[in-house]
Amino acid sequence: MDLSKKVQLRLLWIAVFGICLLPFLAVVLAAVQQTLGADPAKEIVLELGTWAIILLWASLAVTPLRKLLKWSWLAKYRRMLGLYSFFYASMHLLAFATFMVGWDLDILFLELTQRLYAIAGFAGLLLLIPLALTSTKKMQKRLKQNWLKLHKLVYVVALLSLLHIVWQIRSDYSEALIYGLLLCWMLGYRYYIRTCAAQKRKQSVMVQHDKVGTHQ
Amino acid sequence: MLIQQKPDINSSEITSESVYLNRRNFIKSVLGVSTALIAPGAFALNNYSLEDEKRYPGPQWLQQKIAAATKPKIYQTADKLTPYKDVISYNNFYEFGLSKTDPSERSQNFISDPWKVEVVGEIAKPGHYQLEDFVSPHQLEERIYRLRCVEAWSMVIPWLGVPLADVLKRFEPTSKAKYVEFTTLLDPEQMPQQNSLFGTLDWPYVEGLRLDEAMNPLAFLATGLYGQSLPPQNGAPLRLVVPWKYGFKNIKSIVKIRFTETMPVNTWNKTAPSEYGFYANVNPEIDHPRWSQATERRLPSGLFSPNRIKTLPFNGYAEEVAHLYKGMDLTKWI
Repeated sequence: MDLSKKVQLRLLWIAVFGICLLPFLAVVLAAVQQTLGADPAKEIVLELGTWAIILLWASLAVTPLRKLLKWSWLAKYRRMLGLYSFFYASMHLLAFATFMVGWDLDILFLELTQRLYAIAGFAGLLLLIPLALTSTKKMQKRLKQNWLKLHKLVYVVALLSLLHIVWQIRSDYSEALIYGLLLCWMLGYRYYIRTCAAQKRKQSVMVQHDKVGTHQ
Repeated sequence: MLIQQKPDINSSEITSESVYLNRRNFIKSVLGVSTALIAPGAFALNNYSLEDEKRYPGPQWLQQKIAAATKPKIYQTADKLTPYKDVISYNNFYEFGLSKTDPSERSQNFISDPWKVEVVGEIAKPGHYQLEDFVSPHQLEERIYRLRCVEAWSMVIPWLGVPLADVLKRFEPTSKAKYVEFTTLLDPEQMPQQNSLFGTLDWPYVEGLRLDEAMNPLAFLATGLYGQSLPPQNGAPLRLVVPWKYGFKNIKSIVKIRFTETMPVNTWNKTAPSEYGFYANVNPEIDHPRWSQATERRLPSGLFSPNRIKTLPFNGYAEEVAHLYKGMDLTKWI
């Protein structure tokens, strides 16, 4: 790989990293400048949570987009997107506990154990922890086949995140519908690819059988 | 034969054309003087320093009523007022959108003058009333009430308006009148969310009270806040304020009042009966399925002081209203 190519890739990495960090910086800036209105706590929590989900969805979109658009470079950023989603989700819970509950442990405990939407969200965040911890290349190599199995948990996290939204709907389904349809498409595409691949294998096996047959 | 008729009026008595054409200005200037005369004595309602925030002076007739408003001592409170800018920029008014800032952003061209209110049902005097005629017979009062949203946040707001009971009595409810139903304007062109494809609320928004609740002295019809007319995002030009109930009972931009024998079906109750009842009295012991009602955050909340306070039964107005629900199981009648 020549040097300019290397520099380009490096710049691309920095750009993606920076873009993912922007919403966080924007929230911090707005909080410092006090432009978040009467209920800054709720705004911050909502904003961080929204980005946690957007980035999770983005990480899930890598595989289908990579195949459809033939953007192989995207694969490199799946880990970053996933880790960023984990970062935003953690900040989301931290902001909730700090700004909305003021670390009143009784209230926090009640919220996280009594409210269905909160249970779903909290469970999703907990499940992201092992994924984040095993996201390094080293762990990927060490866990081998188990790594893939473990990281299938991300689909469960996505479903829990969707429930987290759906159970908070008060009167309008449009936002949840968009997330839901996108998730259906991303999961559906994977299923489609897999059945296609299976069929191809089957066909090639049959072709071989046929070949074997003609030889006899 | 020509008969010369004597003119009925001497030409000297006829108002000159210039004065005649100027009569509107004349009336205005006289009114202006009288308003100026009343204002200093009117408990300094306009003493709120509203800084650079947008103001909503309202129509001339309302400005005069406001200038003459009283400030009954019993409806003042020691609670710190929620700042004006928060009261007019943090709103739940789903007709204009779902986020807290949608109403203030999308309602600024809302037409609330002229405005008609239709009054029908089990009453002796049904009719359509111009807002001015509807409000005029009453003296405006300023009342400071706590507003507790079902989403567990609260504000303290100085309303201007008239006691609901005084208004309702004018229409002479018959013995069949057991409930009062209120309806918000239906106008998807002005209220974009009424067009939503994926919304679950049926428009127009409907709310209701039992007649004895409506006749309770606390129940209030607001036409203003913070010493001026109601901003559109707060329910211009006429909204209900029932401070012992959750915020969603405080129906906005009212166009219709109907007296009925049967219990009205209020919009949120229709949408999610397990979450929202007809009564919706503030009750710290009964949680909403998705959040606790034991505490509330008094807005504006600082980041490191969430301003979380204990929620009181009937939002602290138990003394005034608890007797209305004597013998009722309030765990059932949410």
